[in-house]
Amino acid sequence: MPRKSVYKAEIEHVQVMDENGVIDAAQSRNTLSDEEILELFKFMQQCRQLDEIAFKLQRSGRMGTYPQNKGQEAAAIGTAYAAKKGQDFLVPCYRENAALFMHGLPMHYVLLHWMGDERGNQIPEGVQQLPLCIPIGTQMLHATGIAWAFKMRKEPKVALTYFGDGATSEGDFHEAMNFASVYQVPLVFICQNNQWAISVPRESQMRSKTVAQKALAYDMPTYQVDGNDLLAVYKIAKECVDRARSGGGPSFIEAVTYRLADHTTADDARRYRDPKEVDMWLGRDPLIRLRKYLETKDLWDETKQKAHEEKCKAIVAEVVKTAEGIEKPSFDDIFDYTFAALNPELERQKKTARTSSLGQDPTQVGLAEQPQHV
Amino acid sequence: MAAELMLPEMGLEPMGGGTAREIQFREALREAMSEEMRKDDRIFLMGEEVAQYNGAYKISQGMLDEFGPKRIIDSPISENGFAGLAVGAAMYGLRPIIEFMSWSFSLVAADQILNNVPKMLYMSGGQWGCPVVFRGNDGAGGQLGSTHSWCVEGLYSNVPGVKIAIPSNPYDAKGMLKTSIRDDDPVFFLESERMLGDKAHVPEREYTIPFGKAALRRQGDDCTVVSFGRPVNFCMDAADELKKEGINIDVLDMRTIRPLDIDSILDSVKKTGRIVVVDQCWPFASVASEVVTQVCERGFDYLDHQPLRVNTEDVPTPYAKNLEALYLPHKGKIMSAVKASLGRL
Ligand SMILES: Cc1ncc(C[n+]2csc(CCOP(=O)(O)OP(=O)(O)O)c2C)c(N)n1
Ligand SMILES: [Mg+2]
Repeated sequence: MPRKSVYKAEIEHVQVMDENGVIDAAQSRNTLSDEEILELFKFMQQCRQLDEIAFKLQRSGRMGTYPQNKGQEAAAIGTAYAAKKGQDFLVPCYRENAALFMHGLPMHYVLLHWMGDERGNQIPEGVQQLPLCIPIGTQMLHATGIAWAFKMRKEPKVALTYFGDGATSEGDFHEAMNFASVYQVPLVFICQNNQWAISVPRESQMRSKTVAQKALAYDMPTYQVDGNDLLAVYKIAKECVDRARSGGGPSFIEAVTYRLADHTTADDARRYRDPKEVDMWLGRDPLIRLRKYLETKDLWDETKQKAHEEKCKAIVAEVVKTAEGIEKPSFDDIFDYTFAALNPELERQKKTARTSSLGQDPTQVGLAEQPQHV
Repeated sequence: MAAELMLPEMGLEPMGGGTAREIQFREALREAMSEEMRKDDRIFLMGEEVAQYNGAYKISQGMLDEFGPKRIIDSPISENGFAGLAVGAAMYGLRPIIEFMSWSFSLVAADQILNNVPKMLYMSGGQWGCPVVFRGNDGAGGQLGSTHSWCVEGLYSNVPGVKIAIPSNPYDAKGMLKTSIRDDDPVFFLESERMLGDKAHVPEREYTIPFGKAALRRQGDDCTVVSFGRPVNFCMDAADELKKEGINIDVLDMRTIRPLDIDSILDSVKKTGRIVVVDQCWPFASVASEVVTQVCERGFDYLDHQPLRVNTEDVPTPYAKNLEALYLPHKGKIMSAVKASLGRL
């Protein structure tokens, strides 16, 4: 028998709730209850409101460049909800704010970050997550390291890491996948396949028909889910998180979604995207189908919607006030946070902070008496 | 041989009767690439967002239309991948221009660009060269945060086997990029995103700028100020301010870091007896350190004051606008350093 098949595989696409808010009966087990759906729907709206306001803050010059999350919230919330807040660990890139908020990051932190304040990255005590990661792909290895530490310390925790379709072209992605697989660490890889990496469509980024199939090479359980379907995302994420916690190793989820906004506020996607494509995806907005479902269940109506919108606006206005009320960072910070303890060289620079001629005492050249160039 | 006096506001060049044409830094870079590509079909441009999007900073605007997708190539997000691919293509006779959206991302490709590119010729006994131009945005100033604000010249200039070009104005940008593309050795070409909109006279006629030849941007006997890249502009501002206070300085724009025109620096120091090096990298083991060392080694007797350096603060680049402004070299710091060297503080 000179030739035989040694490997065969299949990728499942999972959808539980369709675009009209109808749940597939066969898929409805092990997913969210109506109470949970209602709560998560309300939370999703709040996150959407923050995203819209963040965009406006940038446009009015009150914040720096910002990457909108609009349209991708179900992928973030469904996965984060499947993990245990305060126990499991999130390792994000920059397009899953809702997951971070769900696990306890105060909303104003994200605004602070994009306002250029590093204090937006000082994760509060007890919140289990790393700061946003802008270099593409590097965080997946960090997540692998964190998950490996869980395993070493025999802690019943799971790490979840987020990244885009474009990030799967980086070497870091493949190395993280291989390590996670070889060491069988408790980690869930979550690719938010939003179809675009800035102006590069998925088909130019890779020839693979699915992102999910990349995990086959590392022998990981792998799924493609409708990323705009909160229930499907949750269902599969729960399966992956539970498996990881019980020693079953890493898994891979491709959440098929869409970047409804520009890449960042510095981009104008109209120059390279077909408006018909955007329109089609606007109809698949995760909020729409949830609302339809809740309305058929008599759990939601226009009055409730209006009231909730007002509530979200008020909450987010408060968040903006908090972020903008924080005084500008002090120049001392850049010296104080370079090493665990301030060393003598930086101590001297901190005092003089003018000509940073290292190893040369500015007092020798008469600089110490100069006023600072502030 | 002393550096040639080349004041940008004089047009840098005799205009020969033609109309003065002002173009942006980014257009100068585009012209250099396009003109060379028209003449030499071995040249291609590859990088993230260079084709459809016209480049993250719009440097390659229109080039896809002119040269097509076989020569203007959008790559997947794989810096190590396209850097390594360029090495192979160059060894097989092509002339790649690789755009790093930011030199900060070149760190992902460190093994290719530092451990392969500069050594290939040597390791093959002179057989396999790597004539690749790697270019892209370098340096802080645009509130891009710590990870996206690298000034790689400090780190990369330590490696023998690469040439490092760092223009301070559109005229040089065009002439030096053409020289880079024609060069048989690998060139790291560093552009500042902060300067891409700067306009200056760039003649229509063909010209190139030789490597290793500094330009004198201001002239004066009191102190020598040496810089390269964007901070040269801050040095010229400082020179103009200082002039009002009766202090006249030489401002030397090195244009290339490797090769370094140390002779022009020594000539100037012989005249002034003082030197301040302005460098947008961190101070430790920086290009400024190298310049100071060489001046001490070769021109110690000319010095009337210890050499001074103006670098960034020795910390990761801050993200906050107010902190970034304090962290970078600027006119005030340069003026202080010059005055300190003159004992006039
Ligand atoms: C190492 C590195 N290379 C390039 C970039 C520039 N960059 C920022 S976002 C981006 C596209 C990422 O696309 P994808 O992974 O699909 O995520 P999305 O933005 O679509 O959520 C690129 C190329 C970067 N930040 N880091
Ligand atoms: Mg994407």
